[in-house]
Amino acid sequence: MMSEQNRSSETQPQRSLKIENLVKEYVPGKPILNDISFEVQGTSSVAVIGPSGTGKSTLIRCVNKLIPPTSGNVYVSGENITPLKGQELRKARRKIGMVFQEFNLVERLSVMENVLCGRLGYVAPWRAWLRKYPAEEINRASELLESIGLLDFAHQRADSLSGGQRQRVGIARAIMQEPHVLLADEPTSSLDPKTSVEIMELLLGLSETHGLPLIINIHDVELAKRFTDRVIGLSKGGIIYDGPPSELSNDNLKEIYGGASWLL
Amino acid sequence: MSEIAEHKWERFTFAERMARFTVFLGFALALSISIGTVEVIPEFLYDAPTQVADLLVRMWPLDFAYYPQGIHAAMLETLHIASLGTLLAVVMAIPVGILAANNIVRIPLLNWLAKLILVSSRSVNSLVWALLFVAIFGPGPLAGTVCIGFRSVGFVGKLFAEALEETSPGPIEALNAAGAPWASIFCKGYWPQVAPAFWGIFLFRWDINVRESAVIGLVGAGGVGMVLDTALNLFYWDRVSVILFSIFVVVILAELVVTTIRQRII
Amino acid sequence: MVAITEKTKPEYGTPFKANWWARAGWLLAILYVFYAANYLDVSWTRFISGLSNGAEFLGEMVPVNFSRWQLLVSNLLETVEIAVIASAFGIVFSLPIGLFAARNLMPSWVTWPARIFIALCRSFHPVIFAILFVKAVGFGPLAGILTLIFASIGFIGKLFAEAIEEISLKPVEALRASGAPFISIIVYAVVPQVQNRFIGFSSYQFDANLRNSTMVGIVGAGGIGGTLFAAFQRFDYDFLAAILISIIGLVMVSEFISLQIKKVFQ
Repeated sequence: MMSEQNRSSETQPQRSLKIENLVKEYVPGKPILNDISFEVQGTSSVAVIGPSGTGKSTLIRCVNKLIPPTSGNVYVSGENITPLKGQELRKARRKIGMVFQEFNLVERLSVMENVLCGRLGYVAPWRAWLRKYPAEEINRASELLESIGLLDFAHQRADSLSGGQRQRVGIARAIMQEPHVLLADEPTSSLDPKTSVEIMELLLGLSETHGLPLIINIHDVELAKRFTDRVIGLSKGGIIYDGPPSELSNDNLKEIYGGASWLL
Repeated sequence: MSEIAEHKWERFTFAERMARFTVFLGFALALSISIGTVEVIPEFLYDAPTQVADLLVRMWPLDFAYYPQGIHAAMLETLHIASLGTLLAVVMAIPVGILAANNIVRIPLLNWLAKLILVSSRSVNSLVWALLFVAIFGPGPLAGTVCIGFRSVGFVGKLFAEALEETSPGPIEALNAAGAPWASIFCKGYWPQVAPAFWGIFLFRWDINVRESAVIGLVGAGGVGMVLDTALNLFYWDRVSVILFSIFVVVILAELVVTTIRQRII
Repeated sequence: MVAITEKTKPEYGTPFKANWWARAGWLLAILYVFYAANYLDVSWTRFISGLSNGAEFLGEMVPVNFSRWQLLVSNLLETVEIAVIASAFGIVFSLPIGLFAARNLMPSWVTWPARIFIALCRSFHPVIFAILFVKAVGFGPLAGILTLIFASIGFIGKLFAEAIEEISLKPVEALRASGAPFISIIVYAVVPQVQNRFIGFSSYQFDANLRNSTMVGIVGAGGIGGTLFAAFQRFDYDFLAAILISIIGLVMVSEFISLQIKKVFQ
């Protein structure tokens, strides 16, 4: 039941995400992602940084096979999900929560319905259509909304909310899946600086509480350094930095992003 | 002092102008050829005003007394044919529309097949469909209902497919990422985005179908068209005018209903 | 998983507002289907028995018989000519009539008659006009052309009037203030704002006219409809199939051409 989520991270089974030799090429011979490998455990959070178009988005989508990798493996809590297809893949995707830059809520549905969309991998389609979700899940959704301060908005249409509120609903939807891993694709890029900090705090807080490894694609290097405990720098398809944010130097950044004039 | 080169602002490039000119030219050509070839018998044209006057005289005064026993039941039948026919069309149009939407079903052959079905439905006129189904099911409202259904699938399906193709892919991606099965993605991802357009299309088509249902009876498919056919064959022009008047009133009322619903609910 | 006997916690309120309107709507719709089907004597058994007729019918349509292709082609040409002429004149007449119907530019003693005229043209299915015009000007394509001119005015006139009613009046006021004559105001302030939409619905109406002109022949107003009807009556179902396929082909070609024309004018 719900208690599993609330236990502290030391006593619950270790959740992990392992990416092994991941390669993605759209044109043979020109890989966007070239032999990417890294592992994230427990309450770790990783920020993936790199110039636009290097493959940050592709990488994160290869994890849950929204973009099928050309080769390589992805292990979610020990289970290799890359060879899975069809229903097996859908079941595996339930374990991976994803948060998007443009929030990707269903605008015309209410906040409550959007949060419950996280359970679509668990309930039968007829239940979803008639909105006959199990009471326990509705309760949990309500508690979740209360914890992020949006319970009063439960019946409002998603498009009546502000950007920051919508992202919080998106995060709640991902948490409703009871995931083992949390992915975030530029979750703050559409938000103002203050709201960005709030969202990062929320994501990191949830990662701590639920023991979820967290991978965040992010533009803002300062935010990455401030909140996450590990930074991975992608450039030209490969990992050229993998370590704590404190050791991320200007030389590293130059190597990742190229050019020097944007650095202070 | 250097000379600033003269810039001409042209609204359209040369190629665009040529294209537009070709279209106009083509149309003008088509028109002149048509006028030249079409067979118009001049005597009939000169006789027309007298014929029209004669017709109008015979149509007046309208035989309102004929309405209750002769027309009312047929009018109701027409409305039921229109409504049931539209519902039938909607039921058929949803799967065909989904098959035709190239963002949902990514098999080009199926898309093409579905679009072919939709085009055929729209291209064949309702009277022709009516003739077809009267030959199959015999005269009466059954033929009429099926006729309206098959006729409307093309319209509803095409607009439905277009609405589906215009949905934003973001929420769909999110539901996919959450592991939702396709049926749930359709209910919770696509449907909420297209629902208002869908009801609008439904109402719009129902309005058109009221008009069509009124005339398919001319070839035997039930409704007030059959009464009209009888009156025309017997040259009861004053009854013809009452029938036409009733059709006019019903069509205007149907339009009012549709406009009100659209304003208040959609 | 916990058994689904647990209740939602009261302190959070009801999870979903029950949409009573929608529920009533669905219930009414289902009840209506049974009621109307009963009224029309549309039963499943009749439908099924009709299907065997349908199969027989389809059997007689194959192999498709194109042997009378010369007749087919000359009829199709006449059909296209009717559509072209009617569209040309229909568009030309719709311009002033639509203008007269625009309530933001014209006084009500002008708009009322124009609007009623447009409503009359729209409310009746073209076949009704076809019957009346056959009576007035005799059999042949002239009746068909006149029919479709009126049908075009009904459609284009209404949409044109609506488009004019939606324009911004500022350019109109500006030109009036500068003393421009009426025609100039129309050409420079009104037309540019409605031009694109006008081209859109004119090409749509040409399409519609082409479809309708395939049918007016059923009542004698020229085009392929006459041959089609004759094929039905003589049970020449294989020739009928050829005619239907040609009609569908013609409409598909015309849709394609319309699309290209719209692209040129965008």
